[in-house]
This record gives sequence, structure tokens and C-alpha cells, in this order.
Amino acid sequence: MMRLQEMPLLSVEGLSRYYGERVGCRDVSFEVYPGEVLAIVGESGSGKTTLLNCISTRLEPSTGSVSYRMRDGAMRDLYRMSEAERRLLMRTDWGFVHQNPADGLRMTVSAGANVGERLMAVGERHYGRIRDTATHWLSRVEIAEDRIDDQPRAFSGGMRQRLQIARNLVTGPRLVFMDEPTGGLDVSVQARLLDLLRGLVNDLGLAAIVVTHDLAVARLLSHRMIVMKDGRVVEEGLTDRVLDDPQAPYTQLLVSSILQV
Amino acid sequence: MAVRARALSKTFCMHLQGGLELPVVDGAAFEVRAGECVVLGGPSGAGKSSILKMLYGNYAASSGEILIRHGGELVDLVAASPRLVLAIRRETLGYVSQFLRTVPRVAAVDVVAEPLVLRGANTAVARERASEMLDRLNLPQRLWQLPPATFSGGEQQRVNIARGFITDHPVLLLDEPTASLDAANRRIVIELIAEKKAKGVAQIGIFHDEEVREAVADRIIDVRGFAPARAA
Ligand SMILES: Nc1ncnc2c1ncn2[C@@H]1O[C@H](COP(=O)(O)OP(=O)(O)OP(=O)(O)O)[C@@H](O)[C@H]1O
Ligand SMILES: Nc1ncnc2c1ncn2[C@@H]1O[C@H](COP(=O)(O)OP(=O)(O)OP(=O)(O)O)[C@@H](O)[C@H]1O
Ligand SMILES: [Mg+2]
Ligand SMILES: [Mg+2]
Repeated sequence: MMRLQEMPLLSVEGLSRYYGERVGCRDVSFEVYPGEVLAIVGESGSGKTTLLNCISTRLEPSTGSVSYRMRDGAMRDLYRMSEAERRLLMRTDWGFVHQNPADGLRMTVSAGANVGERLMAVGERHYGRIRDTATHWLSRVEIAEDRIDDQPRAFSGGMRQRLQIARNLVTGPRLVFMDEPTGGLDVSVQARLLDLLRGLVNDLGLAAIVVTHDLAVARLLSHRMIVMKDGRVVEEGLTDRVLDDPQAPYTQLLVSSILQV
Repeated sequence: MAVRARALSKTFCMHLQGGLELPVVDGAAFEVRAGECVVLGGPSGAGKSSILKMLYGNYAASSGEILIRHGGELVDLVAASPRLVLAIRRETLGYVSQFLRTVPRVAAVDVVAEPLVLRGANTAVARERASEMLDRLNLPQRLWQLPPATFSGGEQQRVNIARGFITDHPVLLLDEPTASLDAANRRIVIELIAEKKAKGVAQIGIFHDEEVREAVADRIIDVRGFAPARAA
């Protein structure tokens, strides 16, 4: 029998999404395995967010299918599940890190509650344990213990992003979606966040799909890469191979337009 | 036999230069046995690094095959999926590049320990082994906890060597590991290579330094033998 590790966790087949006449993404297929980090890169408007939203059930595809391996080993088509099943999956098995932390956090409740809330959503009721776990996760993302009762409104951009990550990882998801997780942050803050993400992904053996237009982020975080242009996949492969020996004309342009990654 | 290249070719297609075709390697064929250190020789630009990068899966081969003994099986790296290439790198294939690619905020000792940790070693044990390697390569102890980004060329290179030599990968690729080292540290690298040979590791390297090459090479393969025919 094949071990679960050797079977895909997520499988996307022939996925397209149109906005009326306009193409969001077209005929995209790929798989993600447990513990694997996949980067989706491409210029603005190439369809990265559309694709990410379609595979995370936040946006209905026009055609194609997205299947996910449930904890019992069965592969299920996400768009044939009931809404209730999908919601449970999003709460228990998945994380979603938004570019803008305000979209993924509740800005008017404390940092501790932002993390604790997710635990309660998966059934934890014991106040002491929730607070301990929240404290532990805040320290894992390098937020000082004495900030646990502060609201994220009082946090810097980098701290908010780290809090959003803690909120997403506290429930032990198997798959995390990230849309430009370091976008909008200063370079030095980005470096710290990237380093933190890299450590967490390794330690927890998470699978992740990271949308970024920053090739250095892709280099540092991902095992595999997909390059998109005009809604289509133009190249995919091992991250260092795609960056050091790009084959598609568009990937060569993308790699040559940056100083060094 | 640990590694065998057959009819291995590489042509770069430069789309930004109007699709210019740049053939750099044509029909490379060689074998490397366990315990052997083979040196790729030839002038600058002859394609030595390109061959080594294809052997690591970092450059895509245009045609041909690279058979490598991985977990008791012969696998063709050219046809392998990205996931298989990563597994081969984790278990079988080590690589010391010419320059260290630094990761922000990761301490030198952890950079060195990482390949062991990725293979499932306990972090404390891996750090201990990493410290031994750094000590052996004479990297001052005050640098161990610092990220290598600000290190000198020779210090970075020693971190890189420690990282490459720390595992017991059965195949090791070396791209000018001694280029920026002083004589004392060059001799340590020569020792490290000899120890790997004694353990049956197959090594394929590029060494510009004559003294190092003489000391480590069991055979020299002149890559000019794989030069593409020049269009007249
Ligand atoms: N809600 C929408 N209605 C109409 N068109 C849309 C909508 N959302 C996206 N599009 C279009 O779909 C295409 C892909 O957009 P998408 O947001 O997926 O790109 P992206 O790669 O994430 O870009 P960026 O890097 O700027 O975030 C674009 O042409 C965009 O204008
Ligand atoms: N990524 C690349 N894209 C385009 N051309 C490349 C690339 N990498 C190498 N080349 C070209 O391939 C040829 C062989 O280069 P390579 O680096 O393999 O030579 P080498 O024998 O290692 O030289 P040196 O001794 O100077 O390191 C050169 O003409 C080089 O410009
Ligand atoms: Mg987007
Ligand atoms: Mg070279």
C-alpha cells in the first residue's frame, strides 16, 4: 500500500475561471504533495490570486476540478462537497494567509483572542489551555508575551503578519494558502518573516501554496514553482532549476529583469 | 558504478536574444565509481560547471541521461520528477557550490547542520557535528552563531564546505571548493576529500588549483572532448 506521504494532497485538473469575457486563469493542472511548498509566480494580472482563490474554494471555477485528500485518505472533489463540509475543512485542515493582515485578523479583539478563537472553532473549550497555546504560538512568531492582550491595531505591519500566521497555524493545518505574505512590508521585515515562515514550514512539515511576484521569496520558501502569464502556466519545475535555467521566453524575461535571486 | 552520464548534451536557447541557440555540451559520456574522485578539466567556458549543474538537476539537460544509484536503484536524473530530484538530493547527492547562497538570519552553525536536520537528525546532534566541521575548517568560534552574509569570501566558502561534507551522501559534487581558501585550509579540504574516498563516496569535482587537483584526482576528464561542433 502506498503511504499517504507519497500521494498528492491536492490535485487541480483543467481549472479555468473567466470573468465574463476576460480570462482569470485558464486550463491549469498541478498537484501538491504533503510537506511540499509550491510557489506561484507571474506578473500582475497573470491570474495568481484567481487560481489561489479557486483552489481554496473562495471562488467558484468556471470549469475543471480540485480534489483534496481527506484525513481518512479519500480523495474528494471540493466542489462536490456540501458547504458545511467545505467550511469544516477550511477550519480544521487549511490556513489562509492574506497579503493584508486586516483581511485575516479581527482587528478589534486582542492578539491572544485572535489565536484562541481558531482553537475554539475546532472545539477547544478549556480557557487555561487556550491561553497557554495562544501564548506559545505568539512566542513562536516572535511576539512578546506581554502583548497578548493588545489589539492588532496597535501592532506594526510585520507583527500583524506574524500574528496572522500564528492564527492560521495554531490548529495544525495540513495545507496553507498564502497570497503575497511578504507584500507591503519593508525589506528587513520581509527577511525576518521569510525566515520565520521557512522554519515553521520545515518544522511542521506543512504543505503550502504561496503566491508571490517576488522570485527571491519563491527561491527561499518553495520546492517547486509554477510560472503564470495571461492566466496560463508557461513553465513549472524544481524552483532552483526554473530560476537558474529558465526555459520559457517569459520566464527568461522575468528572471533577467531582476538583479539577482 | 555510482554515476553514469550518457550522450548528455546542453544547449541554451536564449529567447531574449532572438532565440539564439548556444550549444555548450554535446555527447558527454563518463562513469564514476564509488570511492573515486574524478576531476572535470578544461579551459574556462568549456562547460565544466554546466555538466556539474546538470548532474545536480539544477540545469535541465537538453538530451541524454544521467544514471545515479539512489537507494539501491538506478534512476535517470534527467527524466526524474522534481520531487524525485529533491529526494535524490536529500539522500544521495551532495553539492558544494562555488559560492554560498546565504539565507537571512540563519546562523552559520545552522546553515551547516541543515542537511542533517533535513534527513531527520536531532537538531542538537546536528549542531554538534556542525561545530566539529567548522572547528576543523578553522572558522573562528565567534562567527558560528552569526549569519554568514557578512563573512569574508574564504569564511563563507568554509561554511559551504562544512555544509557539503557533513552528510554521508554517496555522491558528492564539488565546484571549485578551494577557490578562495589559503594553503592551510586547502590542505584540510584535500584531507576531507581523501576521507570521503575511503568511505566509498563517489566525487566529481572542478579544481583550478593544480596542487589540489594533483592531490585528489584519480582521473581527469577533459570536457573539451564534449565540445559541440562549431558552426563555421
Ligand atoms: N472580480 C473580477 N472581475 C473581473 N476581472 C477580474 C476580477 N478579478 C480579477 N480579474 C481579472 O483577472 C485577471 C487575473 O487577475 P488576478 O487578480 O488573478 O491576478 P494576479 O496575478 O493575482 O495579479 P496581482 O499580482 O496584481 O495580484 C486580471 O486580468 C484581472 O483584471
Ligand atoms: N544559465 C546560463 N545561461 C546561458 N548560458 C550559460 C548559462 N550557464 C552557462 N552558460 C554558458 O555556457 C558556457 C559554459 O559555461 P560553464 O560555466 O559551464 O563553463 P566552465 O567550464 O565552468 O568555466 P569556468 O572555468 O570559467 O568556470 C559558457 O559559454 C557560459 O556562458
Ligand atoms: Mg493577486
Ligand atoms: Mg565553472
